[in-house]
Amino acid sequence: MLLQGKRLVITGVLTDDSIAFHTARVAQEQGARVVLTGFGRARRLTERSAKRLPEPPDVYELDITSADDMAALVAALDERWGGVDGALHAIAYAPEDALGGRFLETPAESAGTAFLTSAFSYKTLAVGLLPLFRKAGGGALVTLDFDNSQAWPAYDWMGVAKSALQSVTRYLARDLGADGIRVNAVSAGPLGTVAAKSIPGFSVFQDVWGGRAPLGWDVADPEPVAKMAAVLLSDWATSTTGEIVHVDGGFHAIAAAPTE
Amino acid sequence: MERAEVEAKLTDLLVDELGLDRDKITMEATFEEDLEVDSLGVVELLMALEDNFGVAIPDEEAERITTVGEAVTVVMEKLG
Ligand SMILES: NC(=O)c1ccc[n+]([C@@H]2O[C@H](COP(=O)([O-])OP(=O)(O)OC[C@H]3O[C@@H](n4cnc5c(N)ncnc54)[C@H](O)[C@@H]3O)[C@@H](O)[C@H]2O)c1
Repeated sequence: MLLQGKRLVITGVLTDDSIAFHTARVAQEQGARVVLTGFGRARRLTERSAKRLPEPPDVYELDITSADDMAALVAALDERWGGVDGALHAIAYAPEDALGGRFLETPAESAGTAFLTSAFSYKTLAVGLLPLFRKAGGGALVTLDFDNSQAWPAYDWMGVAKSALQSVTRYLARDLGADGIRVNAVSAGPLGTVAAKSIPGFSVFQDVWGGRAPLGWDVADPEPVAKMAAVLLSDWATSTTGEIVHVDGGFHAIAAAPTE
Repeated sequence: MERAEVEAKLTDLLVDELGLDRDKITMEATFEEDLEVDSLGVVELLMALEDNFGVAIPDEEAERITTVGEAVTVVMEKLG
């Protein structure tokens, strides 16, 4: 199996629609040992969703902006496994006034929150888990990107944070390669998760995607994204790092839908 | 399941699993206004309904639910 015996930390499971939920499911089906993280009030949902996985994993507290949570998680995992082979970063958040078409009015603080929670946090997760990766003799990190190489309606400062996340991916790859840690991103097409539904005008993405993607696109099917995340976490991608892999039906390669 | 039975079971889960105030729960009470359930709470409510009644509630139908009574109706429909 693709991930036989791998010890994986999966952040970002909120509901059974979450991309992270499906990544955890695919990983378990491929032989991985999985723990989840959840935070604050949302953790009750994470716990509930955990029970819907093939083997309900334990859930640890992790607000990615809390150094205390990270220290406690690392201590618990050190005791449990004595090392970690891979982690999924599936964390994004932007305050309401940083999204939805008020780009010119968004206060610095809100844009900063979007950056810290959605981009800088990849570095936080990587550095937090570094001692455990070192004990394992290397490993793999994967994050979830939404391609922001061009400006979108409504996506605003979340989009800017995603552009930063791509860049963070490359710098982490640079600095963690010596430890045998690979750092990659999956750039996903739009999927109907809680995070997506909180973006005003999310339907715009949905509407343009299907017609332009040569392979078509199903906003209700996170499995293709989950499978690619699993590949990047596995030993089938041992020389791939600093990479942004699109799982978007091919949308990014096509400038416009064919005319009818 | 009888309607009264679904109502009682739903009331219990709202109190025990979502931490709502039993005194405020009536069939006419709206989740958002009367019971002050926010968007995350609504997501939790839907998962709790699915877990406790063994039904699947698609988004379109979830959007119809604004009051406790409407949740009972949707669950009843799903149970058949
Ligand atoms: N849904 C899409 O269309 C889409 C497309 C491309 C990329 N993505 C990305 O995928 C990732 C997962 O999102 P999703 O779509 O599965 O939605 P989701 O709502 O299921 O997951 C978002 C997660 O972020 C977590 N989170 C937010 N703030 C946090 C914090 N401070 N600490 C720890 N966790 C925190 C939430 O708990 C939640 O689990 C996000 O980075 C998102 O931007 C989503």
